[in-house]
Amino acid sequence: MSDAYESRTGILPVTSEPGILPGAADADRMPVSPATGGRPILQVRDLVTAFDTDAGRMTAVDGISFDVPSGKTLGIVGESGCGKSVTAFSITRLLPQPHGKILGGSIRFEGKELTTLPLEEMQKIRGNDISMIFQEPMTALNPVETVGRQLAEAILLHTECSKADVLARSIDMMIKVRIPAPEQRLNEYPHQLSGGMRQRMMIAMALINKPKLLIADEPTTALDVTVQAQILELIADLQKEMGMSVILITHDLGVIAEVCDEVAVMYAGRIVEQASVFDLFANPRHAYSQGLLESIPRLDSKPKTLLKAIPGNVPGIADFKPGCRFAERSGREHSQAHLTNRPSFVEIAPSHFVENCPICVA
Amino acid sequence: MSLLTVQNLQQHFPVRGGVLRRSVASCKAVDGVSFTLGEGETLGLVGESGCGKTTLGKAIVRLLKPTSGKIEFDGQDITHAGIGALRPMRRHVQMIFQDPAESLNPRHTVRDILEEPFIVQKMGTKDERRKWVLDLLDKVGLPATATDRFPFEFSGGQRQRIGIARAIALKPKLIVCDEPVSALDVSVQSQVLNLLLDLQREMGLSYLFIAHGLSVVKHMSDRVAVMYLGKIVELAPAEELYHNPRHAYTKALLDAIPVPDPAKRRRRELLQGDVPSPINPPAGCAFGHRMKHPKWEQSVNMDLTLREVSPGHLVQPCPCCMD
Repeated sequence: MSDAYESRTGILPVTSEPGILPGAADADRMPVSPATGGRPILQVRDLVTAFDTDAGRMTAVDGISFDVPSGKTLGIVGESGCGKSVTAFSITRLLPQPHGKILGGSIRFEGKELTTLPLEEMQKIRGNDISMIFQEPMTALNPVETVGRQLAEAILLHTECSKADVLARSIDMMIKVRIPAPEQRLNEYPHQLSGGMRQRMMIAMALINKPKLLIADEPTTALDVTVQAQILELIADLQKEMGMSVILITHDLGVIAEVCDEVAVMYAGRIVEQASVFDLFANPRHAYSQGLLESIPRLDSKPKTLLKAIPGNVPGIADFKPGCRFAERSGREHSQAHLTNRPSFVEIAPSHFVENCPICVA
Repeated sequence: MSLLTVQNLQQHFPVRGGVLRRSVASCKAVDGVSFTLGEGETLGLVGESGCGKTTLGKAIVRLLKPTSGKIEFDGQDITHAGIGALRPMRRHVQMIFQDPAESLNPRHTVRDILEEPFIVQKMGTKDERRKWVLDLLDKVGLPATATDRFPFEFSGGQRQRIGIARAIALKPKLIVCDEPVSALDVSVQSQVLNLLLDLQREMGLSYLFIAHGLSVVKHMSDRVAVMYLGKIVELAPAEELYHNPRHAYTKALLDAIPVPDPAKRRRRELLQGDVPSPINPPAGCAFGHRMKHPKWEQSVNMDLTLREVSPGHLVQPCPCCMD
């Protein structure tokens, strides 16, 4: 990994003081104030993830690099098939087996390389230091076990605990995620809960071991707007309280704008732009980010006027080009060289990175 | 005269239980809804899941038998019309569904799908129909080569275009669009919305536009109705509703929308709790009940018929939620 790592260090943000990694040194995992940030808790460099299918090898994530700053929220935004969920599954090593493989690059969590970690070691981290929330709580929860048992399982997998302790911790966590009447809820099955309550249960399970990094994969897509607002606020509050870092994966730019500190825009298996949320919304540099921001209807846009649409369709994984992948939808003339040579990922302004296709980044 | 008039429409479903599967309760999915829709107009319908917006759409195209109330289309009462009587009306009322993957027959080619409305209505000869199919494809921006392909060969956005082509085939007057873009990718959504706007202008269509995305609804509609637990709680011109909401539920919904601009972040007044079940809904104002509003009890024995507070702006006049 050293070569790949070196090649990127020059262009990615060199983090501030080599201070102590928050949470790593002290066992209590003291909350970190988001303002101080500190060094990244997760560093991904040139990650390549592919699936072996009957039609050949499909590279779903094609060499992406990003950092998750400690105590902050990184949003990954992109459309279906852009590789955002595969990125999450690569970090947690939950890729479908045996087809899914990490082919290259590195994922360092608190300095520890995850891509080559033995499975047992990974199981100790997963659900403990790194947790995940999934999109559809109904399919992620076990329908034939009470939610109390599922919560207890999450605790007992990582700590030895008496029955009374498990119960106390479960109820404590359910109060934290604002589930009313937790003692009764413990004995209920997922189907007895509403969508919002199920998602709260998922969050309780993910956070019960006080993870340092939470990966939320479309946590609110299946929910109504009013419940979505509740869940997003809950995640933000718990993040502040527990000092954890969050990767929030979504296709909704509104959600990104509301809760993220940093944003990575993914398109067709690559990150095309990464910047602070204010930078990205105020000054998007890549044609895709610009198009995406212009195409969404807003509350202050004039009703019944035509929207600025991005033409064409999201490319399928089999049609990924080696060069600029947004070329054919950008409406701008690309030369053959731009279509065959991969644009480099550069820091175009302080802490603002972009896949520097000279045509798409004008 | 308005194209569609709905008066006090109710759509209840029996909830069966016990050994004998007797009806033990009724689910009041749509519980007394009234509105009108003019020619060339778009009425947006928003609300959370389970509020009855899809049921209302289905009742209007008469895929359901309404429990009571009245639906008048083009001056004709269609509330209780039978299949035979409905057929000529169905030419003029079409529907676009949320998930194009599920609403297109996977074993039919695009030509079969688009020809079927004409066959059902006994229109044209085979050659004429084939020509019409090509015209339709052109109208929705699909290549003529699409005719012999199957739905699975298309992307989500293209499939929705096929769904739209089928809906406009018979040159209808009204199309009920039930969440037409929520299953689509963000960059494709705007294409489909633009297509719907273009078609409306070109063909003078009226839309009943059902969605849960409030920004999308506002963008597409002339007027917007907000539904809560089977009832319309507020109905107003789009701009008016967004700038001057009068019902507490509308305000809560508007407040919950994530704004795609980080400079406009704010701490919100969050709505607590989930949408209650439409089985045995509370008496009076359902939203006041959810909010445990002190004035809720006053609404129990009140007439909650919508009241016009300013021209075209109707609000449910409950003391707990209307300001």
